[in-house]
Amino acid sequence: MANAVDLPRVGAVARFASAFAVPPDRAGGALTLVEMIPPGQINLRCDGHDPRAARAVGGVLQGLLPVNANTVQSAADVTVLWLGPDEWLILTAPGQEGAVMAQLREALTGLHAAVTDVTGNRALLRLSGPSARETLQKGCTLDLHPRGFRPGQCAQTVLARAGIILHQRDDAPTYDILPRRSFAEYVWLWLSDAMAEYNGRAISG
Amino acid sequence: MLLIHCPWCGPRDEIEFAYGGEAHRVRPADPSALSDAEWADFLFLRANPKGVHRERWVHAHGCRRWFNVERHTVTHEILRVYPPGAAAEPDAAVAEAQPPQASQQGVRS
Ligand SMILES: [Zn+2]
Repeated sequence: MANAVDLPRVGAVARFASAFAVPPDRAGGALTLVEMIPPGQINLRCDGHDPRAARAVGGVLQGLLPVNANTVQSAADVTVLWLGPDEWLILTAPGQEGAVMAQLREALTGLHAAVTDVTGNRALLRLSGPSARETLQKGCTLDLHPRGFRPGQCAQTVLARAGIILHQRDDAPTYDILPRRSFAEYVWLWLSDAMAEYNGRAISG
Repeated sequence: MLLIHCPWCGPRDEIEFAYGGEAHRVRPADPSALSDAEWADFLFLRANPKGVHRERWVHAHGCRRWFNVERHTVTHEILRVYPPGAAAEPDAAVAEAQPPQASQQGVRS
């Protein structure tokens, strides 16, 4: 994380709110929306059921490689999201993506795999608090009921017609929303409006 | 609105998908050997059945994978979803739902 402050990594909704390295405490469990400092983003393609590939990737990513559909595994500085049967999105601390990619490429040498730097592709918005689920349901057709979508799950889906990756982090509930960067302002404004009836706050740093 | 079961992601709303037309069309091995009529048949003519239709869909806003759907074109009921490359043989339910229709087959060469 030390590199985060050294990088000129401007948030995608900087016109409305500066991005946070750590989200501020939620005031009394209120519904809040913040942008996180854009993380390092790596797209990984490989056969996760090939034991050699799983070992190689696991060695670099602290054993993280979710092979079950729509699931996420994370450690302190890295989050791995399942995107498809042979595709993952790896989120690193800002600035760490280069080192992680180099390690992945070395570990996967000789295997049928691709490691691509997609940092800057998506913004990371964090919506948290009671009514977060209801807010999302206004524009997302995914069934977000706890029986169907729980902490540790992710989905590539559509929010108010914008393609997003959605990741539920905890039972607050807290959701990470990753729209493409050029859609981030639109998604931010749409969420701000959708939150209004729950007295939600889009927090500007 | 259809609820389509992506073979990889599970049930998702139709808006996440894009339609890819009739499935299991095989490109002629040697197009230059075909007559114009035969080539036009490959390019433009489709079965367009009133009944069970096997068609391709892509999970455009999800995993971006292609797969096949067996859908009844009248009721929109989805009878089966199967990955690309899987057998196209009709199962019992499909054979029952789609009796052979001479008029449709007559159109195809
Ligand atoms: Zn899918």
